[in-house]
Amino acid sequence: MNFIEARKLVHEYIRRDEEDNVESILTALDGVDLDVKQGEFVAVLGHNGSGKSTLAKHLNVLLAPGGGTLWVDGKDAEDADNLWAIRQSTGMVFQNPDNQIIASVVEEDVAFGPENIGVPTAEILKRVEKSLKSVGMIQYREHSPNRLSGGQKQRVAIAGVMAMEPKCIVLDEPTAMLDPNGRREVLEAVEQLNREKGVTVILITHYMEEVTNADRVYVMDNGKVVMQGTPRAIFSQVDTLKSYRLDVPQITLLAYELRKAGLAVPEGILTRQELVEALCRLY
Amino acid sequence: MLRDITIGQYYPADSMIHKLDPRTKLMATLVYILSLFVFRNVAGFAAVTLWLALVIWLSKVPFGYMVKGLKAIVIILLITVVFNLFLTPGETLVSFWKLRITEEGLKNAAFMTVRLIYLILGSSILTLTTTPNQLTDGLEKSLKPLNKIHVPVHEIAMMMSIALRFIPILIEETDKIMKAQLARGADFESGNLVKKAKSMVPLLVPLFISAFRRANDLALAMEARCYHGGEGRTKMKPLRYKRVDLIVYLAVAGYFVAVILLRRFL
Amino acid sequence: MSIILDKVNYVYSEKTAYEIHALKDVSLKIGDGEFIGIIGHTGSGKSTLIQHLNGLVRASSGGIYYNGQDIDDDDYNRKELRSKVGLVFQYPEHQLFETTVFADVCFGPKNQGLSRKQSELKAFTALRSVGLPEDLWYRSPFELSGGQKRRAAIAGVLAMEPEVLILDEPTAGLDPKGRDEILGLVAGLHKERHMTVILVSHSMEDVAKYVGRLIVMNRGSVMYDGTPAEVFAHYQELEEVGLAAPQVTYLMHELRGRGIPANGTATTLEEAKQSILQAFSTKCK
Repeated sequence: MNFIEARKLVHEYIRRDEEDNVESILTALDGVDLDVKQGEFVAVLGHNGSGKSTLAKHLNVLLAPGGGTLWVDGKDAEDADNLWAIRQSTGMVFQNPDNQIIASVVEEDVAFGPENIGVPTAEILKRVEKSLKSVGMIQYREHSPNRLSGGQKQRVAIAGVMAMEPKCIVLDEPTAMLDPNGRREVLEAVEQLNREKGVTVILITHYMEEVTNADRVYVMDNGKVVMQGTPRAIFSQVDTLKSYRLDVPQITLLAYELRKAGLAVPEGILTRQELVEALCRLY
Repeated sequence: MLRDITIGQYYPADSMIHKLDPRTKLMATLVYILSLFVFRNVAGFAAVTLWLALVIWLSKVPFGYMVKGLKAIVIILLITVVFNLFLTPGETLVSFWKLRITEEGLKNAAFMTVRLIYLILGSSILTLTTTPNQLTDGLEKSLKPLNKIHVPVHEIAMMMSIALRFIPILIEETDKIMKAQLARGADFESGNLVKKAKSMVPLLVPLFISAFRRANDLALAMEARCYHGGEGRTKMKPLRYKRVDLIVYLAVAGYFVAVILLRRFL
Repeated sequence: MSIILDKVNYVYSEKTAYEIHALKDVSLKIGDGEFIGIIGHTGSGKSTLIQHLNGLVRASSGGIYYNGQDIDDDDYNRKELRSKVGLVFQYPEHQLFETTVFADVCFGPKNQGLSRKQSELKAFTALRSVGLPEDLWYRSPFELSGGQKRRAAIAGVLAMEPEVLILDEPTAGLDPKGRDEILGLVAGLHKERHMTVILVSHSMEDVAKYVGRLIVMNRGSVMYDGTPAEVFAHYQELEEVGLAAPQVTYLMHELRGRGIPANGTATTLEEAKQSILQAFSTKCK
C-alpha cells in the first residue's frame, strides 16, 4: 500500500446564514485521487483557490474528508482514533512563518511537538539538537524567533516538525512569503531531508521553479487533479499549464518559444544547462 | 515608540539569580513585596535595603539598566508624594495658604516613595533574570494545586507564553498599519477626543482582523503538531529544585522573620 | 515633477545597542514619468528609502526635494505630499477596514478634505482603473479573493490621484496569473496616465520586463543605477551580494562562452529569443 492513498476525495465548505440555512456551497476538493509512495518527493501545483491547501489539510487530518476515502500510513483518516497517529506521521509546515512558531526561544519551539506527544525529557533534547542540525539552524537554538529572517523561521518550523520524527512532511506554500534567498534556503533544506533522511515530501506551491527536482508533479484546478507526471512531462505542456493560471520557468518558456519559432529544441527543458547543451548541439 | 519600553525585559547574564528555579524566584518576590509593607521604622528600612542591594549585586544586572525602568512610574511617584505630604493629619511643620506639611506626612511620603521604588526594583529583578517561558513554567507549576478546583492552570500558562511571543509581532504590525493609513492621508493626532477615537478605527479594525487571522493560523499549527492540552505532555526542561534553591528558601524565610522582628522590637 | 534626494542618511535607534544605519548617503533624482525598479535583498534599505519619498520617515540627515521644495521645511505640507506620492505597502489588503470596498476606497479622498460626492467620484474612477468588477464594489472587502483584495487596496491609493505611485512588492503571495495582472495594471498606469512609478521587487525577471531604470540597493547604499541591461551586466557583482540577474542573462553569457554570438545584454525573454534566432539565422547564411 502507498504511504498516502486518496480515492475520490471530496471536501465542501458550506456557508450558512443566521438561520442555519445553506447559503452557498464551495466544492474545494472534487474527487481527488492521490498516491504517494514512502520516500517520494511529490509537488502539488495550482493557483490560489485551486484546492491545493484544502488537500494539504486533509493529509494531516486538520480537515476530515467530506466524501471518498483517505488512507495515510496505512490508517484510515476517517477513524477518529487514528487522528494523533496520523498527525505524528505526517507533519505540516504552513505558509506564514510567524504564525506557526509558538515559543519565544527557537529550541523551545522545536521541542513543542515532542512535548505534546509525551516524549521523555532526555530524548526531547536529543531530537531538538538533531532536527535543528538537519536544517542548519543549530547555532540559533537559544535565539528569539523574532530576530530571524523569513527563511530561517521556516527552517525552524521544519525542525519543529522533524523533531516529531514523521515519515512525511507536507509543506503548504512554505515559500510564498519569502524573498528569493529565503526561498532557496527552505527548498534546499527540504530537498536534503528527502534525499538524506528519506522523508516523504509533499510540496504545495505555485512557483514552478521549485518543482523541477520533484519525482512527480500533480497540477490542481477547481478542486480536481488535472495533470500529473514527471516535471519534464508536465513542463512540456506549456499551453495547458497557462490555461490553469500557472506559468513556466523562464528557461522552459524560452525553449518553448524557440521551438515554436522553428528551432529543433527538445520538449520539456527544465534547466539552463539543458538549454545551453541543446542549443550548442544545434549550432 | 512602543518598542522602546524596556521595563522588565529579560537581561541575559550568568548569575546565581538567573540560575534559580523560577518558582523560588516567584516565592522570594512575593515574600519581598510583603516585607515592604511590614517595615515601618528605619531599622526595618535598613534591613530591606540591605536585602535588595544584595540581590541586585548577585543578579549581575547593571543598576543603571534597572533604574531606567523607574522612569515609567515617575508620575505615580509624584502623586503619592503629594498626597501623603499634604493630606496626612498630625503636627504641622510648615504651612502656606491652605496647605500644610506635617511631620507624619513627611515620614509617610518618604516611606511610600521608598516602598514604591523598592517594589518596582524588586519585582523587575524577577523579570530581568527570568525568561518569559521560565516564568510561565514556574507559574504553571506553582499554581498546579488550583487545578483541583478546576482552574485551567495549563491553559492560562500557555496563553501567557503565546501572548509574550506575539506582543512584539503585533506591535510591529500596528506600526505598519499606522504607516499604511498615514499614506492614505489618515490623521491620528489632531482633533478632539471623539475625533481621535474615531480616527483609530482604520487602525484597530485591520489590527483585530490580523490578530484573529494569526490566532486561527496558530491554532491550526498547534493542532498539526499534536497539541491537545496539558494532559500527557512532557517537558524538554522540566523544573527541578537544586540545593541552592533550598538555601535561598531558607535565606528568604530568615529575612522575613528579621523584618517582622525589627517591626516588633525596635 | 521631480524628486531629488541629496545625501540622505537614516539611522534607526540612534545611540543605542541596536543602532542600524539603514540609509547611507543616498543621492537620487527621480524624473517625471519614469518607471523605476528598486531591487535589493531584505534589509538592504529599500523599504526605508521609499518611506522617505512621501515623508513617512524623516531623514536623519540630507535633503529631500519634491518639485524643488524641501519636504523637511517646517511649513511644508507633508500631508499633501502623501497624497501626491502614493505609497502602496506590502500586503496592502491588510489595511482594508471599511464595510464595503467602495467605502474603503473613499477613505483617502475623504482625508484629502474632498466632499462626499467628489470622493465617490474618485473612488469610482480608481476602482474602474484597477479593473475590479462592479458587482464586488459593495461587498465587504473580506469576501474578496487575495488578488481582488490587493486591487481594491491599490485603488484606495489611486483614488487620491497621486502623481507618483510607489509599490512595495505588490505581487508578494499572489499566484502567477495574479502577479501578471497586477504588474500589467501598474504598467498600464505608467503608459496611459504617464504616472511616475516606482516598483520594489524581488523578481529580476519582472523588473527586467517592465522598468526603464533599475536601482540596486545594498547595505543602505545605491549600488547600481541604470537601465536593466546596464545593471544586469554586473551579474557577477550582484551575485556576490546575494542578488542575481534574470535567468536568460546567464543563459546568454553561457551561450557566448560556448561560441554562439548571443547578445549578452538581453534581460527579457523576448530579447533573448530574438538574439538567439538571429545568431542561428546568420550562421545559416
